[in-house]
Amino acid sequence: MDPSWNREDLKVTCQDPCNLVRKGLGDSVADDLRFVIKQVVGEENFVDMWPNKSNNYCCCCCCGGGYLQSGFVEKRRAFGRIKFDQIQATGADIVVTPCHNCRSQIEDLCQVYGGGYRTTHLWSLIVKAMTRKSK
Amino acid sequence: MSQPIVIEKHKSRFKELARAAIPGGGNLDLCLTCSSCVNGCPASGISDMDPRKFLRMVLLGLDEEVVQTPWIWWCSMCQRCKRACPMGVDIGALVFMARQQWSRENTPKGIQKSCDLHLEFGNSTGIHREDWVSLCAELVEETRQQEEDWKDLPAPMDKKGAAYYLNQNAKEPTVEPEEMIPLWKILHEVGIDWTYSSERWDAVNYCMFSGDDRDWETVVRRQAEIVNDLGCKTLINTE
Repeated sequence: MDPSWNREDLKVTCQDPCNLVRKGLGDSVADDLRFVIKQVVGEENFVDMWPNKSNNYCCCCCCGGGYLQSGFVEKRRAFGRIKFDQIQATGADIVVTPCHNCRSQIEDLCQVYGGGYRTTHLWSLIVKAMTRKSK
Repeated sequence: MSQPIVIEKHKSRFKELARAAIPGGGNLDLCLTCSSCVNGCPASGISDMDPRKFLRMVLLGLDEEVVQTPWIWWCSMCQRCKRACPMGVDIGALVFMARQQWSRENTPKGIQKSCDLHLEFGNSTGIHREDWVSLCAELVEETRQQEEDWKDLPAPMDKKGAAYYLNQNAKEPTVEPEEMIPLWKILHEVGIDWTYSSERWDAVNYCMFSGDDRDWETVVRRQAEIVNDLGCKTLINTE
C-alpha cells in the first residue's frame, strides 16, 4: 500500500456499519477497518468519528431496517441528521462507507443538508493505493 | 395494612409471544425505565415515539398499539439501545416481532417489492440472468482493453471449484457497475481464486427486513445451494 496518491492530504473518516460491527464481528473488525484505511490514505489523514465502532450511531440506511427502501424519506432524513452532524464534526473530505446502503444514505444526507464530503466504497479507495507485486 | 392494587387480568398475547421467541426472554421485565435507550437512539422523537415508550407499551399489554404503530418501520433495529441498556433489554428484537405481525399487503411497499423481486429473479433489483452475465463480461473486457496493467483481469462466472464465492449488492450492477471493477482488481492482485454465480448472486436480503422469516430463509438457502453446487469453500459477502 502506498498512500502517496493522497497528495492533497484529504482527510478521511469511516462509517462503522451496524450489521458488520455492533451486530456482527464487534470492535476487532472496526479496528481492522481503521488499519486498512490508514495504510491507504496515510495514518495522519484518518479522523475518527465520535461515537464510533460498536457504539456508533446508525446512519439509518438499512442496518436492519430497510429504511432506504421503505419510502419514509422525511423520517429517514430526520433519523440521519445526527449522523450527518457527527460526520461534519470530523471535517473529513471523504467518508469510507463499507456498506452500499450506508453509502446511499450518507450521500443523500450530504446533498440534503449541504455537507462538504464525498463517500466511497472501501475497495475503490484500496485500489488507489495498491502497488502491484506482479508489475 | 393496605393491599396492593389489583388490576383485572389483562392478557397480552404479544408480550408472551416475545418472551418465548427472544433468546433469554429478552429481559423485558428488567427495564429500569432509565431512558439510556432513548438518549442513544436516532429514532427517538420521530413521531413522538422512542424505544422506551415502545417497550412500556409492550409491557402494559397495549397489543393493538404495538402492532399498529408505524414507528417500527422508522426504527432501524440497529440495536444501539440494547448496547446502551444496563439490563440488556432487546428492544430491536421486539420491533422485529412487531414487524412480523404486519400483513404482506401493509408492509412498506419498497421493502416488500425488493423482497418479492429477490424471490422471483434471485436479486433485489430484478436483473435478468443474461443481463448480469453480459454486464460482467463487458466490464472486464473493457478494462482489459483500456488498461495495460490489467490485461489479465478475470471476472469468473459459475467457476466450479473456485475457493471463494463472491456475491454482490444488486445496487452496484444496477446504478454504478464500474464500482465492481476495483474489487475484481484487488482479488486478482492478492491471488484469490473466486467466482460469481449467474443466478442468485445478490448480497442483500430485504426479506430480512419485511418480517417474513420464510422469505428470509428462502433467499439465504437458495444462495447457499448455489455455493455448495459450485463447490466453493468460502463465501465473501460484499454487503
